[in-house]
Amino acid sequence: MPMLRKNKAVRAAIFLLGAGLFLLLAPSAQAAKIGDLADLNFADQILRFFSMKDPSVRYALLGSIFLGVSCGLLGSFIVVRKMALVGDTLSHAVLPGVAAGFLWNMSKDPAAIFIGATIAGLLGTAVVSLIKQTTRLKEDTVLGMVLAGFFAVGICMVTMIQHLPTGNKSGIDKFLFGQAAAISEGDVKLMGIVTLLSVAVVLFFYKELLITSFDAGFARAAGFPVQLIHYTLMLLLAFSVVISLQAVGVVLVSAMLITPAAAAYLLTDRMHRMLLLAAGFGMLAGTSRAFFSFLGPSLPTGPFMVLGASVVFALAFFFGPRHGVVMKWWHHRSRADRVQRENTLKSIYHVLEGREFKGEGVSLRELADRRRETIEEVQTQAKDLKRQGLATLHEEGNLIFLTPDGWLRACSIVRNHRLWELYLTNAAQIAADHVHEDAEKIEHVLGEEVVRELERRLQYATKDPHGRPIPSIEDIQRGLAGLSRREDLVGYGKRS
Amino acid sequence: MNSLVPPFDLQQFFLGPWNGDVAGSNFWIVLMGFLVTTACGLVGNYLILRRMALVGDAISHSVLPGIAIAFLISQNRGTLSMFLGALAAGIVTTVIIEVIHKKTRVKQDAAIGIAFTSLFAIGVILISIYTSQVDLDQECVLYGEIAFVPIEPPVKFGGVVLGPLPVVRMGIVAALTILLIWVFYKELLVSSFDPGLALSLGINATLVHYALMSWLSVVVVSAFESVGAILVIAMLILPGATASLLSDRLPVIMGMTVVHAALSSILGVHLATWLNCSSAGAMVVMASVLFTLAWIFSPHDGLIRRFVFRRFLRHEAPAVAEIS
Repeated sequence: MPMLRKNKAVRAAIFLLGAGLFLLLAPSAQAAKIGDLADLNFADQILRFFSMKDPSVRYALLGSIFLGVSCGLLGSFIVVRKMALVGDTLSHAVLPGVAAGFLWNMSKDPAAIFIGATIAGLLGTAVVSLIKQTTRLKEDTVLGMVLAGFFAVGICMVTMIQHLPTGNKSGIDKFLFGQAAAISEGDVKLMGIVTLLSVAVVLFFYKELLITSFDAGFARAAGFPVQLIHYTLMLLLAFSVVISLQAVGVVLVSAMLITPAAAAYLLTDRMHRMLLLAAGFGMLAGTSRAFFSFLGPSLPTGPFMVLGASVVFALAFFFGPRHGVVMKWWHHRSRADRVQRENTLKSIYHVLEGREFKGEGVSLRELADRRRETIEEVQTQAKDLKRQGLATLHEEGNLIFLTPDGWLRACSIVRNHRLWELYLTNAAQIAADHVHEDAEKIEHVLGEEVVRELERRLQYATKDPHGRPIPSIEDIQRGLAGLSRREDLVGYGKRS
Repeated sequence: MNSLVPPFDLQQFFLGPWNGDVAGSNFWIVLMGFLVTTACGLVGNYLILRRMALVGDAISHSVLPGIAIAFLISQNRGTLSMFLGALAAGIVTTVIIEVIHKKTRVKQDAAIGIAFTSLFAIGVILISIYTSQVDLDQECVLYGEIAFVPIEPPVKFGGVVLGPLPVVRMGIVAALTILLIWVFYKELLVSSFDPGLALSLGINATLVHYALMSWLSVVVVSAFESVGAILVIAMLILPGATASLLSDRLPVIMGMTVVHAALSSILGVHLATWLNCSSAGAMVVMASVLFTLAWIFSPHDGLIRRFVFRRFLRHEAPAVAEIS
């Protein structure tokens, strides 16, 4: 029942999120009225909080946080469903509905605009799926067409309204880019209702949403109402686009849906964590927007909110622990360093093997000749080995002695290389002079388990295809000192 | 409601735009709309074929910061700086989308959404901070000011007055678009339909991709002032989509694109005059109406034909099968 447990975890987490939201806002309510605060208990604070004594700032902040949460949650689903641009189309398609809702009684009545915009948005998505089903046009073309067609109808209606005698000061153009100052109490209530609804739906139908998002075929086979869930998601999406209109504007709403969710997608592999992160990022962007609209009321606030979200995405893109570009580069770098070190160790082993393990240490000159590199290059490699505790340097850095660790690593690399060569010639029937290149690559990534398996399959062979001995566990354990005293390597498998 | 939609009068609808004093300016508006839709539609055909319609959407938004920055740097509204800014913005957008899409597991559609919204947001912020220097307002960005085209300063060439600057510029861009498509027809065709074959023929598909995106930015920016950032998408996609419902042959589709452009711009001006609304918006509305007509009545696979065919399958086909 891992699904059930996760479901509970999500519920708990979202509850915490809600609680955190309260905690976040309670101090701001306190700060506003710091003078007469002493005798307030928690219930009074909540009352004070909902009565909103300093409306403009708190409406803006609260509204931004609501829409950050609902857009983040729903955006996560559309991003993993590869429907990111459906949100874009939806957000443009609501414009005629906004205009129609405005015409209802020639004022910015939130309810009328909400209903009109939702109907227009759903109509847009319905037209998209209808055109997709009945023509050969591809999805991107259809999305672009519906987006522009509906938007054009909306633009015509808006310009017609503006040409009316009463229309010019209607503020309907504020829907295009958003303005926080235009948010009223009714708007905030609407936002709260929609956010609660989205959170509730995500909580109670988490399993259904998850399955239909990741494996629609399985969901259909298991008897889930895939179409119904799809349209429920579309309805919620339309709701949250509509409530975001005033704050962000028609044009940039899709950013609030896509960007926080995509940033969260880069940071985690688990859907419930992605939902929480996306909601958190949405809130962050919303808060930054409220802050900027507080700083400069004349600035269009939607773009700042979008930029806030973009900055979060850029941070995740570059510094995300698993998928971030910088981290990937860093991993690549450190892997390249390790391969380089192991190759140096292997060359030292070869030099030692070349003189049958007699004599102490390897000089830089010998190593350079072996690796066909300059003394300087070999010197940096030797210093790197020393830093890693794999070798010690003597005679002013000219003589390299392997430490026990270094010897161990050198042996295992050579063993990996030779085992693999032997395996390729024996099992894959590749000519002995063609196996070296492949072994050069694989020697760095063979794990202990694979090595044991190879040894078993090769029946503990002692010589590689070129006739050189494969260092055995016993050789490794005796160490370099013990080895040079004896005549030569035991080779693998001789001990039994 | 009554005051919003004027009564429909057929004679007024057809003759209104060509009445004495407004006829001259409406001529330029229709011509501008036609040139914009032709240039965009021809380039858009390739976007549709390459399933990159929404990359067109992205670039049409992201030329905005390009133009704004170019204006700020050059301190004038010259055509050249505008084109350079748009070119740079177009290439930056394409690169950002590629990088996000290739370097992470974010899918292309989300990458497009992130890229264009961020750039567009930067553009809007720039034009609202530097309003005095940039001289673009937010409404213009959204749906353009094609109505102001006729009052732009006219261009004279060899003593002959050719027309307002935006129209002449758009005409040159449209002509160049046709020329480029004619010259590179084979390269565009092959790399759009079969990138593998293009590679084996020695056509650099990446180069074609970036060249197409660059030219798209040029077309978009010259259309920008008159139709705005969002309606450009309609001009890019609608003509090609309508034509591709009616034919399978690319040359035929190209021809129909031009016809669609002419019809939608003329009918759009009529609609705008009747309703007293944005001309560019009205053109797109008419373009959508034309698409809807093609969708319903297309002899290929229009809704009606589909319906009739399905009935045939259900009622007639079993009978035919029994006989044979």
